[in-house]
Amino acid sequence: MILFIAIPIGSAFVQSLFIQHDQVLVLSKNCGPFGCRETTSVDIEATKELRQDSPLGKFNGIGTYLNRSHLAFAEVGNAWAVSRTFSGFLNEVLDLPFYGALMFTLTYTAVVTPLVLLLGLAIAIGVNGLPNIIKGPSIFVSLLPFLVTPLVGSLILFWMVDGDGIIGATIQLIFNDPDLSLKASTGLTWTMLIVYGIWHTLPFSFIVFYAGLQTVPVDTLEAAEIDGATKWQCTVYVVVPHLVPLITFVTLMLLMDNFRVFEPIVSFSAEAHARSLSWIIFNDLRESGNPLYGSAGATSILTIIGVIFLLTPVLIRNWRDFKLRRL
Amino acid sequence: MFLKKLILTSAVATLICSAAFAKDCGPSGQSIRILASDFPAIHAVAGTAEENCAASASEFTRNHTTEARQIMNAALTPNPAEYTSVIVANSTLTQLMNDGLVRPLNDLVEKYGADLPKNLMITIDDNIMAVAFMANSQHLFSRKDILEKAGINSIPGTYSEMIAAAQAIRKAGIMEYPIVMNMKTGWNVGESFNLVFLAHGGEFFKPGTAEPTVNSAAGIAALNTLKALVEYAHPDHLTQASNETQAIWEAGDAALGIMWGSRGSVILDDEGSSEQVTSNTVLSSAPSVKPGGIPGATLWWDGFTISKNVSDAEAEATFAALASSLNSDMVAANNDDAIWLLEGFKPGAAAEGVSATAKGGAVPYPMLPQIGLLHNALGSELSEFLKGNESAEKALADVEAAYVTAAKEKGFLQ
Repeated sequence: MILFIAIPIGSAFVQSLFIQHDQVLVLSKNCGPFGCRETTSVDIEATKELRQDSPLGKFNGIGTYLNRSHLAFAEVGNAWAVSRTFSGFLNEVLDLPFYGALMFTLTYTAVVTPLVLLLGLAIAIGVNGLPNIIKGPSIFVSLLPFLVTPLVGSLILFWMVDGDGIIGATIQLIFNDPDLSLKASTGLTWTMLIVYGIWHTLPFSFIVFYAGLQTVPVDTLEAAEIDGATKWQCTVYVVVPHLVPLITFVTLMLLMDNFRVFEPIVSFSAEAHARSLSWIIFNDLRESGNPLYGSAGATSILTIIGVIFLLTPVLIRNWRDFKLRRL
Repeated sequence: MFLKKLILTSAVATLICSAAFAKDCGPSGQSIRILASDFPAIHAVAGTAEENCAASASEFTRNHTTEARQIMNAALTPNPAEYTSVIVANSTLTQLMNDGLVRPLNDLVEKYGADLPKNLMITIDDNIMAVAFMANSQHLFSRKDILEKAGINSIPGTYSEMIAAAQAIRKAGIMEYPIVMNMKTGWNVGESFNLVFLAHGGEFFKPGTAEPTVNSAAGIAALNTLKALVEYAHPDHLTQASNETQAIWEAGDAALGIMWGSRGSVILDDEGSSEQVTSNTVLSSAPSVKPGGIPGATLWWDGFTISKNVSDAEAEATFAALASSLNSDMVAANNDDAIWLLEGFKPGAAAEGVSATAKGGAVPYPMLPQIGLLHNALGSELSEFLKGNESAEKALADVEAAYVTAAKEKGFLQ
């Protein structure tokens, strides 16, 4: 626990408190195949001394957490002061990178999690009711989306929803609109990502519930049937209560999983329309050439805090159940 | 022609010296380790160096990866460094120089590169930091058959001509979306802005400082031009980068494109496209704002550097090996793989666009230590404007705010 969880989180946190030393810029003349021009460059000798004195960088406290790329208190306050309507204020805030990403991440989590729970349970019950001979193949087929690597799966889907791809072309045909593109509008991109998310995580909840269904006591089910309960009543009053601990477990896993949504955004090239917290970390570390470690560390810590917020209600419930059972 | 002039300057010197230096690999028994990007021209240079000098070295390794930019700073920081040389471009050289990871090459050039043209030396003040060997830039690709069908008999030279041509093609019912550009959110859309911004005479920073000046009249004009162009690009343009735009072009689904010069030979070859497309594709200078103005392009070079954190002998052997490959034989064997800046290059049809763009006075991609941060801010903040949700002023203000935040973290601004 200490080695694999506490130390990495601790190091990300420490990193997020520091920023790089001031760079000493000097004017210089740069020549090359396309002529000469004035330019600036970093004075390595001058910055080296600063670095040696404090290798972690300049202490910035929680400054990084409060800047525009993260919680952006100053910008939010300013948006509140200048906007006349609440929707105007909301627009301003969602234009900030952190809140925009948080909005998508939360929407994704809030839509995908319950749908995967419900559909997974429905498929598990459906498959459980099948005759034995086709049960095996159905389980295998239902598990397939889970076996595909997320990056590859979403890339394949990305090509299929292209205007020339099978899904994209079919949708154009159905709506009779040759310019309809799933990649060009924010709403449709979000829908596409959410549908992909459901498709990809469904097998997980399905297989857990299917395993749980094998442990439902037959006596209780038969007793309920003798009392005249319909199939639906059996499911709602016998099977589901029996599966509650599993439902809690699957909810926990799904919340954590969905909150860190990342791969489909990259594979679907959806950055213009949807960004998640994990995508921001990726962008900080990769895109600007020299990684912004402090910024990435701060976003990581904020993501962990977000996950804790989301999980707390489920964990509290779990704890209560646990205590009740012991009584 | 610009390229010919570049080549001629070096021709005489090379003729005199090439025989003497053909197999000079410097100190023997050294380890040569090269990190480079992964495309044919780079393979040609590093591969020739290996052929020439692997025998006299104790070890010769080449790592060609598209991830070179991501790993190079980490790989060169320890002493001894993981690689003795990294093959870089304008923007990646600054990334290495920011951390002081490459060494000045003046003495090595004197010893092993006396025959190399002086203008290939990338110098900062008087220090040679890299030796360039090929050039690249964006420029205009046109389909002359489609333009003619739409009643346009000349290749567009300015943005407004390009937009008018696109409009004519759409009106004639030939294509709904005749324009292709690399507009994928991230680096590509940032670069597309840079092109149009530079054509409008924009300056990225207040001279000598790291303070951004993209939220200017030139910036707003550039964004509006960009918006007018993508009006005629496929609605999916924010997901399209070089591979996608090239595919659209080769499929014959576009008539006007702003793409990389390095895609020229790939598009013009007989693979992946039809005769109708290849025979009618014309490569010309990147468009400018006014006739004869600055072409909307950034000039790029690729060249090699030598790591600072390796022994002098290894540095010398690596430099000698790489310098030994920069000659007319290597160019002759790989003529169409790149727009070589070396003696012996015969510019073909595929080089015309870059050549015209360079001749028209296009500006090189800025070699500034903080440009990567601004480029990243442009890449992530412009999409709201291009989607039509934001004004140009707001988008550019967002870019500057995002840049300032990052620049403060990196110590460029206080």
